[in-house]
Amino acid sequence: MGKRLFASVMGYATWREPYVRVVPFAGRYSPKPHDVIVGIVQDVQKTFWLLDIDASRWAPLHTSGTSWEPGPGELDQFLRIGEAVLVAVENLDATGKIGVTMKGEGLGKLSGGTLATVSPAKIPRVIGKGGSMIHSITQLTGTQVAVGQNGRIWIEGSSEGILRVRECLRIIETEGQRSGLTERIEGFLRSTGPTDDTGPRMPPSADEDRPDRNGAREEPSGPDDAPDIPSNESHEGEGSWET
Amino acid sequence: MGNVGAKEIPQLLSADGRRIDGRRLDELRSITMKVGPLTRADGSAFVEWGENKVMAAVYGPREVHPRHLMQTSKAIIQCRYNMAAFSVDERKRPGQDRRSQEISKVITEAFESVVFTEEFPKTSIDVYIEVLQANAGTRCAGLVAASLALADAGIPMADLVSAVAVGKVAGRIALDLKKEEDNFGEADLPMALVPQSGRLVLIQMEGHMNRDELRQALDLGTKGCREIYERMREALRAKYDTPGRAEPAGVPA
Repeated sequence: MGKRLFASVMGYATWREPYVRVVPFAGRYSPKPHDVIVGIVQDVQKTFWLLDIDASRWAPLHTSGTSWEPGPGELDQFLRIGEAVLVAVENLDATGKIGVTMKGEGLGKLSGGTLATVSPAKIPRVIGKGGSMIHSITQLTGTQVAVGQNGRIWIEGSSEGILRVRECLRIIETEGQRSGLTERIEGFLRSTGPTDDTGPRMPPSADEDRPDRNGAREEPSGPDDAPDIPSNESHEGEGSWET
Repeated sequence: MGNVGAKEIPQLLSADGRRIDGRRLDELRSITMKVGPLTRADGSAFVEWGENKVMAAVYGPREVHPRHLMQTSKAIIQCRYNMAAFSVDERKRPGQDRRSQEISKVITEAFESVVFTEEFPKTSIDVYIEVLQANAGTRCAGLVAASLALADAGIPMADLVSAVAVGKVAGRIALDLKKEEDNFGEADLPMALVPQSGRLVLIQMEGHMNRDELRQALDLGTKGCREIYERMREALRAKYDTPGRAEPAGVPA
């Protein structure tokens, strides 16, 4: 409309020379190739499972994307409805179909543990710069954590450990826009540290290998951390503003 | 109210041009809007408009439930307008009736013209509108609530849809009828507008108006819709304006 620009969704608007970028506040997870995500089996078919990945569509996981070789109709011997898996987005086609695979470092069925959910937009914050946040959290709570880009986070460890991770996620989700978040999370965990009976049950050393379980993968998305403190202001999207 | 025997028509307009609740002809009832009261829905909004109370929730885009409704090139929008049994004086028989089916349909069609459905092929965007308390103009209140809920759900749209009813009361064109004016007035005309483009996406009428009155009603309704539109934008902004954060600066209102 002439010189006016309109966003189609509500979000943070940032101006950079000829472009305006709007980072949406809300919306479902939109898959990108190579994203590591947590899916929950919704349906078992002859040759594939259908996973709910919190996107707009379910994603098929074909047997070819796994290391298993079930015969036809034997798929539910490997994965049943309701079970969770860590998978990677493999391809996206124009019709919006989301292909996922379970072949890859750290991917596979998630057994034991529990799932937590945060907004997919907050995932870069959960991981932190270079995985610093997730590293601190796993270290200080003695848990294993797998972070899916779709906002689902799998946690395994002692029940105290899990509760403390959940509390961290809550803090990140509600105060994620403030700076120095990793320090504050560390402070929180250390201050509540005396309940370090988590130690004996789950030696912190055991989780050493965790952060890179997928944390490593997430790092490339680190740059997205940038809009940490939105230099500008929030706009609601339908809003109009001259450019 | 509830006094079935009383068929007496109330005086809808006083000598000094005030309406039954003291409003002027071009005045809206008081409106409050809250965005995001339902945390488990993808988007939600609660609107109190005069004595109407309406909650809207949006889910999706998600898998299409009755599978045959799926469209390969775009998302479908499924709206359900429903009135609670306790929303009116005399108990409303629960469930979909002809009236609520019609309203669901016209609201769906209003949104189909603004939502970018092509971005989500083979999915469904489900909109639920629950009227908790009714006092005329619930389809407009429902539309406004649903519009906010869609924006809250992060669903891409060309614009918010704003809505209001206009009507003819005691021979005059009036904005935003309340129950008595709707029941005893000469005409009721709910309309929904896409304010930025000026496009009408819903228009219905009951009763009689002549051509000049209709023109006048549309002008008044357009003005009302724009006023409500501003309130909607404020409500959306309010959700994300935490007290500690800087006020939006460069936004032309």
